Parts: sequence; C-alpha cells; structure tokens
Amino acid sequence: MKPAIWLALVAATLVLPWLPGLPLFWVSLACQIGISAIIAVGLVVLTGVAGMTSFAQASLMGISAYTTALITTKLGISPWLGLPAAMAVTLVVAFAIGSITLRLSGHYLALGTIAWSVSLYYLYANLDLVGRNDGLTGIPPLSLFGQKLIDIRFSAQIIGLSLIGGMIASLHLLDSRWGRAMRSLRGGAVAAASVGVDLGRARMLAFVFAALMAALAGWLFAHMQRVVNPTSFGLVAGIQYLLMAVMGGAAHLPGALLGATAVVLVNNSLQDWLPFLFGAGVSAETIVFGVALVLILQAAPAGLWPVIAPRLSRSHRVAETALTVQTMPKLGAVALRASGLQRRFGGLVAVADLSFTLYQGELLGLIGPNGAGKSTSFNLLSGADHPDAGRVELAGQDVTGCTPQMMARRGLARSFQHARLVPSLSVIENVALGAHLRGHASPLSAILRRDRDEEAHIYAEAARQLARCGLADLADHNATSLALGQQRIVEIARALAAGPSVLLLDEPAAGLRHGEKQSLAALLRQLRDEGMAILLVEHDMEFVMSLADNLVVMDFGTVIATGKPSDVRRNPAVIEAYLGGVA
Amino acid sequence: MDSSILLALIQDGIVSGAIYALLALALVLVFAVTRTILIPVGEVVSFAALTYANLDNGKPPAVLILLLGLGVAAFLRGAIFSRGRALIQLGVETLIVPGTIAFAATLLAPLQLGVAMNAVIAIAVVAPLCPLLYRLAFAPLAEASVLVLLIAAVGTHLAISGLGLLVFGPEGARGVPFSDAVVQLGPIIFPGQAICVLAATLCVMGGLWAFFRFTLAGAALRATAINRRGARLVGIPTENAGLQAFWLAGLIAAGSGVLIAPLTTVYYDGGFLIGLKGFVAAIVGGLASYPAAALAAILVGIVESFSSFWASAFKEVIVFAGIIPVLLWRSLRHVSVEDEE
Repeated sequence: MKPAIWLALVAATLVLPWLPGLPLFWVSLACQIGISAIIAVGLVVLTGVAGMTSFAQASLMGISAYTTALITTKLGISPWLGLPAAMAVTLVVAFAIGSITLRLSGHYLALGTIAWSVSLYYLYANLDLVGRNDGLTGIPPLSLFGQKLIDIRFSAQIIGLSLIGGMIASLHLLDSRWGRAMRSLRGGAVAAASVGVDLGRARMLAFVFAALMAALAGWLFAHMQRVVNPTSFGLVAGIQYLLMAVMGGAAHLPGALLGATAVVLVNNSLQDWLPFLFGAGVSAETIVFGVALVLILQAAPAGLWPVIAPRLSRSHRVAETALTVQTMPKLGAVALRASGLQRRFGGLVAVADLSFTLYQGELLGLIGPNGAGKSTSFNLLSGADHPDAGRVELAGQDVTGCTPQMMARRGLARSFQHARLVPSLSVIENVALGAHLRGHASPLSAILRRDRDEEAHIYAEAARQLARCGLADLADHNATSLALGQQRIVEIARALAAGPSVLLLDEPAAGLRHGEKQSLAALLRQLRDEGMAILLVEHDMEFVMSLADNLVVMDFGTVIATGKPSDVRRNPAVIEAYLGGVA
Repeated sequence: MDSSILLALIQDGIVSGAIYALLALALVLVFAVTRTILIPVGEVVSFAALTYANLDNGKPPAVLILLLGLGVAAFLRGAIFSRGRALIQLGVETLIVPGTIAFAATLLAPLQLGVAMNAVIAIAVVAPLCPLLYRLAFAPLAEASVLVLLIAAVGTHLAISGLGLLVFGPEGARGVPFSDAVVQLGPIIFPGQAICVLAATLCVMGGLWAFFRFTLAGAALRATAINRRGARLVGIPTENAGLQAFWLAGLIAAGSGVLIAPLTTVYYDGGFLIGLKGFVAAIVGGLASYPAAALAAILVGIVESFSSFWASAFKEVIVFAGIIPVLLWRSLRHVSVEDEE
C-alpha cells in the first residue's frame, strides 16, 4: 500500500477517538477490536500464509500480559519497559514451543497448543505469584511526559498505532525472501526445500512472529485493562482469535481486522440479547461462535475478505541489473558422480546398481522403459531419497545422505516430474523463490525495508530467467493457472534462478507443444554451452536423442548401456529392453 | 508414602487410565478413517455421564432435545443434496432412529429398571450424537486438510459444550455405582466399580479387535483408514466408513461416560479434560497405533493420580505439560518433508 494511505490511517487513529460526541462505549469497543486484530494479524501470517495453526495465541498473550503486570507492579518498573521484557519472555517461550513441535505435521502443533493452553490456564489459576484466579490488579497505565494515559481515548490511539505498525510489519515481512519462504510452506514445501529454503527456519519465523504479535496485544491489554486474570487467556479465548482470522480470511491481512470487528461486535450484541433468549448465566455466545466457525469453513473456506474485495496483485520493483552471474566450474570438471547406487523398498530392488559420471558442459540423458528405476535414481541424486548402498559425489564432495537443502547449497537444482509451484505465489515470485540462497536479507531487515535493493536485484534475476525460458509475459499470472507444460518450464526458470552448476530435469518436455519443445531444447543447449552440467530424465525419445551428448540406459534398476545416442540406438540390449525379448 | 497409598494410587491411575485408553482408541479410530481429530469426544463423555447420573430421578433424559434437534438439523442439511433412496436413508438415520430412541427412553426412564438399564439408556441416547455431528460438521469437509478438520472439530466442541450448559445446567452430578461389592486380594482392595471399568475396557478392546480382524465391515474400515482412494476404487463406500467410525466412537465415548459417572462428579464441560487426556495418549501412538495409545493412556492415568497426590492444584498442569516430552520424542524421530494440503 502507498505511504499516503498509511499516513491517512495514522491521522484517523489519532483524531477519531477525540471526535466530540463520540460515545466512549464505542471507543472501548474499538479498543477491544484493535487488540484482537493485532493477534489475528499474527494468525494470518501463521495460519493463512504458512498453513500452521495455534489455539494458544491467548495463552501467549497471557504470558506477555503477566510478565509486564508482574514487573510493573512488583518491581515498579515503567510500563514502557514492560514491552521489551514481555516480548522477550514470549519470544523465549514461543521458541521453546516451536522447536519441539514445528518439525511435526501441522496438526501436532495445533494439538500441542490446545494442551499447552489448558496447562497454562491452570498454572495461572493456581500460582500464588500471579494471584491465582483473582489475577493481578493495580497495573499502572502507560504514561507520557509524566501524564498518565488513563483516558480510554489515549488507549484507542496507542492500540490503533500498534495495529497499524503490526500490519505494516507483516506486509513488509511477507513481501520479502523469507515471506516467499513462509508462503511456500503451504503446498510448496518440497519445491522450496529443493532450492535450499530452510523450512524449519521459515516455520519458526512464522510462529515466532505470530507469538510476538500476541505479546504486543498482551502488553496493551495489561496496561489498558489494568487487571489481568486467567479467564482472558484460556482456550476459548484462543479459539475466538482463530475464529477471527478464519472468518475474515486467514490469508488476508485486512481480513484480520474484518474478522476481529465481526467477532467483537457479534459477541457484544450477543451478550445483550442472549440472556433474554436463554436465561442469564448461559454463555451462549460459545454456541454461536462454534457453529459460525464450522459454517465458515464449509461455506467460505477463504473467509469473508475475498468475498468483498478483489485480489490485488503485488507489484515489485525490478532493478536494472540482475544478480551477479555465478562463476561456473571449469568445463569438463566432474560435476556429479554416482557409484554403485542401490535402493530397495522392502523386497523390491528399485535401483540395483547405478554408476555414471556427469561433467560440466555435458548434457546427459537418463532413459529406460517404465519401471526401470529412473524416478528413484533421480530422487537419490537430488537428495530427496537416500541410497541403501553406494555414493553420490557433487563437484568432488561426498554428498550421500545430504538433504535437498544441502544439495541446493552445493549448486544442484532440479525440476519435478509433477510440477510443484507454490500456489499462493505468482509466476515471477515462484522464480524469485529459487534465488532464496542468493539473497541474504534477514527477516528483521525485511520488516524495516532494508532489503529493497537486494529484492530488486532478485526480481531482476527472476525476470531474466523467465525471459530466457520464454515466459516473460506470464510473470504476473497466478502460478497454478498455467498449463502443466508451462508450469514445468517455470520450474526450470526457478531452478536457474538458484544459479546452479548442476541441473537435474525430470521429464521437462512432457506436455509441451512442438514449438515449445524446440525452444526448450535450444535453451538447454545454450546452458550446456555455458558450462552447466545437465542430467535429463526423459520419456520423449526424439527429444532426448537429438539433444543429449551421452545416454545412460536403465532397465530393472541397472545400467544396461551407456554411450552416444547413435551407438545406444543400435545396442541390442537396449532394443530388447524397449521392444521386449522374443518369448 | 507407605505401600498401601502407593498401591491405591497405582490402582486409581489404572482405572482412570483404562477410560483414557477407551477414548484414545475412539480417537485413533476416527482419525485413521476420517482424518478428523475428534475434540468433541469429551462432550459425549460428559453428556453420557450426566445422563446416566440424572436417570436416577426417573425423568426422561434432558439430552433428548439435543438428540432430536441435531437429528432435524442433520436431516435439513442433508436433504438439500439427497434424492430418492438416499433421502429415505437419511430420514431413517437422522429422524426415525433418534425419534425411536427418544420415544423408548421417555417410556423406560420413569420405570427405574436399575443401573444396567440406565446405563443402556444413557449410551443409547448419547452415542447417536456423534454420527449426527459427523453429518453436520465433518462429512461436508471430508476432502479438506487435517488442519481445517481440526479447526472444525474445535468449533464443534465450542458449540456442543455451550449446548451442554444449556441442556444440563452448571450443576455436576455423580452416578450410582454399578456394584457395591469389594474384592480383597491380600493387602489390595478392589472396589466393584474399578473391576467393572477394567472389565468393560477389556471387553471393548477385545470386541474392537475381533471386529477389525474377523468382519467384512471391519476390514472395509481398515481399508479406508489405510488408503481412502484405494478403498473407494474397490467399491467401499468411504462416506459410510466415516459414519461407522463416528458411530463406534460415539458408543465407546458414551460408554466411557457411563463408566466414569460413579467415580467422580461430572460437569457439562468436564469431559473435555478427560477427552484431552485420551489425546495425550493417542499422540504417543502417533494417532495410528492402538496398543501404544492404550499403554500410554494407562501411564497418563498413573501420572495423574500421583500428581494429584503430591501437587493436586497442579494436576492438570503436569498432565498436559506431559505432552511436551511426547512431542519432543516424536519430533526427533520424524524427518520427512512433505507437502500439506
């Protein structure tokens, strides 16, 4: 968004609460909405963007609120110093929780947060230090220039500014190299790992960011309410925050505000009306919220925001120059060597014995009939799977057992047989994801926008690789709207954006039209001439025969022939493998 | 602590652990077949316990209104998409079956036919809530991700627990024990209720094992759990598999509720914590292994009984914090990267 819009929002936040005649009750509702929206913004990053869920945001908020309440009431420290302290404590807790659960599938994190949230609730309610069920009272308000900011209209201003700050921070973070990494967690994790994205760090980043948002909200809550007790931080509160994010549209930042507004207002009017319907003492809003949560998931899984607002395409500043071209290893140097690779699945020997050498500046084709073990070999070479016996060397180093991330760091890039693009990123953003390891900006520098130059170079590089692959005019399209053949080409562009010296391609020509195949062949020849080592697993014989310098032919998991295409074509073993022996 | 206290604590732990084990089995079953993490299982437990306890006063169970209401809602929800025979089947399952159960329960409840009859009535009126919830909340999301199903389960829990407060009120209740008999074996005393719980748990486990091992319906459920698409390709109606899993879970959870009713005072929301302890156990087994889940449940029960002896205020804190080492252990064993959604 443009700076002018933000300035207008800041001005509105500062002025609106003081409008003459505005009922204070409205201001207090706005404060509730603002605090909730800050938490929901964190959940948008965690749930909507990174595809993980926490029911414990209220508990994290509680940790922060209790921290600042304790140090300001018991130690008499200024409430302003409570913020860094509360954030630091929440950060440590979130980091600890994250390192235990983030490696597991998403639902373990969610289940873990349910258990923690219950556990923490009972801890607050039974610990003398935090006043058990009564909580802590007499928390000092914020003060400025010796003036205590007790008036709720001051609170509204501070909460509003915090919310704007939180949204700007989220937007900046999402529009950065780590933002792309976090987006890839939803449906594109395998692809991101193949270009070297540290998925664990990306998950931790999303989780910690959401926790810090909750911490900010908790600090505001403690000094505005000036009382904290366990009920505000229980599981039901945690579920309500998630409801806000889901209702507004978990993948959209404005949805957080929309969802928070809807939930707080509905909650408020329910509290007025439900006692008439059900009798006092029945907390019937839980029924309404529970049913609403399920109905929204069924009827509008993307939430309300996409229903009322069009999707805005993100624009990117593109620098004049792309990233510096990486120096290729010497022509003819050994790029990739497999020796005696073997892989068994139970009793099935998928790869029995695979050995070959790929040199810089060589285009090597790996072919074989169906079931020959090509895909398994490809996985062994790219680090997606590990051999039971044998060795893989990359540029002379033993990389057997390395993860795809480690392979990417050592200059290997790959494409997938079934294209794996990140669904929530545009075509050019998917390609920019490929350059992840070539950027260095940290999440913090992204939030502060100190990464703009680097980002512009990354986008210039992405644009260059797209143009090279002939897809320049599709740059801003949604990645998954492309034809399957084109999606494979985007994968090649993404692989190239990583600046690799070894390129593994899994059936890149499948699904391409004749003309597209020819331009792909031309591109691959050009890359080879620049010194890149290319391994091509391909079904299309005409394509691979005309293109490859050398061929490795597999059948039943072993190499049955190697050599130039013209020799292999006449090899009796190859002919038998493809056409079948005479019975 | 002397040895009699130690033995009493272990015995206590095993009894509550047995109930957690039953719930863990129900949770693993539902997760395996439908990928749903059935958070509302706890409400089924407390509703069954309260219903059983309240049947003492000879009035028709209060939960009937919920049963009929959910039945009508499920019928209306399903009627939009069903025609012909499917509509008739839907009507039978959502209107006629609950209606018949409600009618029978209304007739039988005032007769005061004893604890066994009360147990049967409580299970019969509460267990069908589970498949009705499946029709209302989870079947329409059958293709959604585990995470979405989990959020829906939490929403369902919230709604059902609110309805529970409406139906049962905030007061707790305690059921009549099945048996006042006490068996003494050397220094250990076994109350009849504890023996009932253990016997029922073993029966259910044995029954489930036999069901999966020897019946076609059991094999179909197992097939659906292992490979949903594959099961559909060989002609197994996987939607029915989900319904069956929820029926079984409902029966097991309602049975656990009845078993627990005489042991402790149950409130409308008390089942949630009981169910959550079943979860801690189910997670130990990776939401996949029945024996591991059952053993872990016994362990949870023992940890709980010891922590209520030493630090009763922090009992729940200790039990739920116990999930941390479990997740840590699972996390260290887990390496693969896969795309979710």
